[in-house]
Amino acid sequence: MKRSEQPVRDAATVSQTRLPERFKLWFRKGGLSALLFALPIIVVFGGFSWWPILRAMVMAFQDTNLIGDATWVGLDNFRWVLTDPDFPKALRNTGYFALLALIIGFPIPLIGAVLMSEVKKLRGLFSVLAYLPVVIPPVVSVLLWKFFYDGARTGVFNTLLGHIGLGPFPWLNDKHWAMPSLVLAATWAGAGATVIIYLAALISVPAELYEAAELDGAGIWRKIWHVTLPKLRGVLFITLILQIIATAQVFLEPYLFTGGGPNKATLTILLMIYNYAFGASLGADYGPATALSLMLAVFLAIFSLIYFRLTRGWSQ
Amino acid sequence: MKRSTKSSKPALERGIVSAYERRQTGTRISVGAINVFLFLFLMLACLGPMYLLIKFAITPTQDIIRTPLAMFPNGVEWSNLSRAWTEVRVSRYFMNTILIASGSWFFQLLVATTGGYVLSVLRPKYASILNALVICTLFVPSVVLLVPLYLTILNPPVINTSLVNTVWAVWLPAGASAFNVVIVTRFFDSLPREIFEAARVDGAGPFTLFWRVVLPMSKPILGVVSVFAFIAAWKDFLWPMLVLKDPMIQPLSVRLPAIQAQTELGVFLAALAISTAVPVVFFLVFQKLFLSGAGLGGALKG
Repeated sequence: MKRSEQPVRDAATVSQTRLPERFKLWFRKGGLSALLFALPIIVVFGGFSWWPILRAMVMAFQDTNLIGDATWVGLDNFRWVLTDPDFPKALRNTGYFALLALIIGFPIPLIGAVLMSEVKKLRGLFSVLAYLPVVIPPVVSVLLWKFFYDGARTGVFNTLLGHIGLGPFPWLNDKHWAMPSLVLAATWAGAGATVIIYLAALISVPAELYEAAELDGAGIWRKIWHVTLPKLRGVLFITLILQIIATAQVFLEPYLFTGGGPNKATLTILLMIYNYAFGASLGADYGPATALSLMLAVFLAIFSLIYFRLTRGWSQ
Repeated sequence: MKRSTKSSKPALERGIVSAYERRQTGTRISVGAINVFLFLFLMLACLGPMYLLIKFAITPTQDIIRTPLAMFPNGVEWSNLSRAWTEVRVSRYFMNTILIASGSWFFQLLVATTGGYVLSVLRPKYASILNALVICTLFVPSVVLLVPLYLTILNPPVINTSLVNTVWAVWLPAGASAFNVVIVTRFFDSLPREIFEAARVDGAGPFTLFWRVVLPMSKPILGVVSVFAFIAAWKDFLWPMLVLKDPMIQPLSVRLPAIQAQTELGVFLAALAISTAVPVVFFLVFQKLFLSGAGLGGALKG
């Protein structure tokens, strides 16, 4: 970085003839070195964040391919997406995934964290165990679970469940089973992170509140209901909206587990975006892909705004 | 998030169940039973799949298929691991992953520390605009960036040569993490200004101040950012798959699904086990960091 000071200083002497006094002052106050320090953030964010975001806003209204020049097509891309027969399916599937993730994935970390907060000696070990699946690379956990989900009688899960007289289940091969299977694997991979967040919130609940509740004659259940959960409300609201935002953008699980199948039962919005832009058979429909991602982003933004409006009153 | 940083110490003297309630036989038995059940559940649910993965990595393929849960009925097959490392070229992909993760780590740290220094310590006039622009990107979901960022990599502004199939295509976008900038800036904000003043009086310029004073004082936050940056780069799949098309430079996460079809099951599962080893070891070594900073790393991603 020091080396790059030299040429810039030469440029400085050139412009000194024009605005000598102001520039001298700016330079003496460290303006140049501040600019040098700001260079990485400006270049990296400019090139790989701000510029692509601006470009997304433009591209959604253009017909873009890699060969010819982009042409303005107005709302055609949006029309294309909204009339795509797969769109309602993808919308329903994404909503279904989010709903299942809520039903399966929301209570498990909460119950787990409440129980773990009561463990005295080995809580460290419990936390390590709970967090372990989170550090496994998602691709590995999906490929491993895909093997566990083998629909044959000798598949790992079917063997396990066979011991207690259940199954064999088709797991990923059946359109009714596929989505819950995806959600189960995703919950396994993600629950640990949420557990640790809840655990931190649980530990910071002041002991006096429990003591006060006991003086009023509250038992364990009433303490959980009237002290613990209200104290967790703020954290719960945040993890809930973050989970919804994340599940609305689910890609890895449907892409690697099922590729959107069977019979498009696990086709999600993000998979559609991917297929538009990078899917081999359809070619590079960058315009519709960007239009769809903008629609998703705007939807999520409005949804979060309404969500925070509604929960603001309750979260304290 | 505030809570997770605060809660590192206030040792839980008591929780929901009071000392008095603990002394009652009924409560004691049910609390004990719940703890045992919880422990068994965690072992089964969290460690179970990991255990199976390790077991499969050294089990002959025929046994994995026929009796997946049996304990080595026909002996141990260590060659799964060595074959995955050499024949399937996991060694190569492993090195690619390390190269990609290290570069991503470097650029995230470079942008976050220099950026944080400008926003928190140097504070030129345009700092507030810069700060607002960086924070704005936190609210743009990553899905919006996918296609336009890909086209930017294909034809970047100014340099005009495609970055596809170069590691820069992964390194540079990784640096544009607003989350890192925000937490590093916040940490710099908390450093005592008097020390900066003292250093300036002693004749330290902005570079000396940055390198000799600010960075050494910021080791804790740099550790957090580093570990999460490295792990995130190790886990990343979609982006490297899009921009690194040449199998010879792809990381493990991209190669694993691609090699599945042509690889013998035992060898493939051994490859999965190898690619899990590094993040798991990282986690066990830095577990305090993960378990207290998990809120930081996980909460705002995506």
